[in-house]
Amino acid sequence: MSILEVQNIEKHFGATRVLEDISFTLAQGQALAIIGSSGSGKTTLLRCLNFLERPDQGRILVKGETLFDAADPATQREADVRKKRLHFGLVFQSFNLFPQYTALQNVTLARELLAREAPDYKANRREIHARIEAQGRALLEQMGLSDRAGHYPHQLSGGQQQRVAIARALALEPDILCFDEPTSALDPELTGEVLRVIRGLAERRTTMVIVTHEMAFARDVADQVIFMDGGVIVEQGPPGEVLEHPREERTRQFLSRYAQS
Amino acid sequence: MFLTVIGALNEGFLQTLRLFAVTLLGAIPLGLVISFGSMSRLTPLRWLARTVVWIIRGTPLMLQLIVIFYVPGMVLEGGSPWPGGESGRFLASAIAFIINYACYFSEIYRGGIQGVPAGQQEAGLVLGMTKSQIFFRVTLLQMIKRIVPPMANEIITLVKDTSIARIISLQEVIWAGYAFMKGSHGYSGLWWPLLFTGLYYLIFNGGLTLLFAWVEKKLDYFK
Repeated sequence: MSILEVQNIEKHFGATRVLEDISFTLAQGQALAIIGSSGSGKTTLLRCLNFLERPDQGRILVKGETLFDAADPATQREADVRKKRLHFGLVFQSFNLFPQYTALQNVTLARELLAREAPDYKANRREIHARIEAQGRALLEQMGLSDRAGHYPHQLSGGQQQRVAIARALALEPDILCFDEPTSALDPELTGEVLRVIRGLAERRTTMVIVTHEMAFARDVADQVIFMDGGVIVEQGPPGEVLEHPREERTRQFLSRYAQS
Repeated sequence: MFLTVIGALNEGFLQTLRLFAVTLLGAIPLGLVISFGSMSRLTPLRWLARTVVWIIRGTPLMLQLIVIFYVPGMVLEGGSPWPGGESGRFLASAIAFIINYACYFSEIYRGGIQGVPAGQQEAGLVLGMTKSQIFFRVTLLQMIKRIVPPMANEIITLVKDTSIARIISLQEVIWAGYAFMKGSHGYSGLWWPLLFTGLYYLIFNGGLTLLFAWVEKKLDYFK
């Protein structure tokens, strides 16, 4: 059964149509790579999933539950959106770590704020904080950053910052983890360490949606690939088909441009 | 003679300090209100706030002082609403200074708030934080860090601007120093009261400079 179901999403910015009739499903534990040139709507699609943009048409379902339906205002209440966002995690292209917090605090902050809403928070405060900190340290260790827990973002390299950002997104245990070109802001020699971490997550069957320009990486890691162009899905299927034997002319042109560069 | 002069100057400087402190206490929060107004999504409110800022920044503080102190007495039936004597002059000065400085502060705040990258807010949102959690836990400190240097500038200017209140005869430190010029000592008696007046400002602003340097250093742990 699919964990994520996106149905007929459409999005306009003014008169410009950025997304048109976007539909796909994603099964639990699978990784979906979205490829396409800049301006093809990939990032907007991710932002719609994370409720940073509101689609004009369509529905988004997670585990069979309708989280968003453009036709049903009851699914769009501001107060509920905050909870719905927690189904998704998002790793930004530019990291967006909080500069005034250490790596560990970046990872634990949201979790601690959420814990305060639990009814038993006051009684078990100390244990709750200890548990959250232990979880944060374990995540940093998983990212290979256990010796960087006390560092502030500006003291870390880009690759390290992005790994902290991944740990921060994982801390809330989202159903689906989204990546928006996670290596595009990095120097070439730093992309490897980030891609290695994402590959590790794929091996642990983390459900992921990855917008990326790294074709070789998409081929290795993704179970499914979507190629977007001009706001529509041109082609989707297993990487062996879409990337190796594309059916559509537009996909072939895009891939050959990449092969040359 | 020396003690007389120092005594008078001390009294004048106390009035300077009072005006300085009251202005800060009023203008710091009022500036925040004006800055939210000037960034409001409601067009009339945004317009109002920006017009007020334009008028206040576009005219001299001295003119604003004169208008606030004298004009109500000219147009109101019952004459000047200000209490008589020094307390009325102080109240009028404080109001003029608070409005004037709040407008300058509001623009500094606006720059500080808008200078925090939108990605910070978005990162907070996708982590399930509320708007107020994002403001207090994420944005506020970054904003404060950005506004410390321009605020230090304005606050040091404020110390010296308090002397403008002399135009409505508020008995601040320059007024006190200048008073000796009219005394029996003539011009020769003016030199060291004015020298001391300068020293008061210098020493006080020296203290403020150290304080702001300390705050900046405290916030230097993140970039």
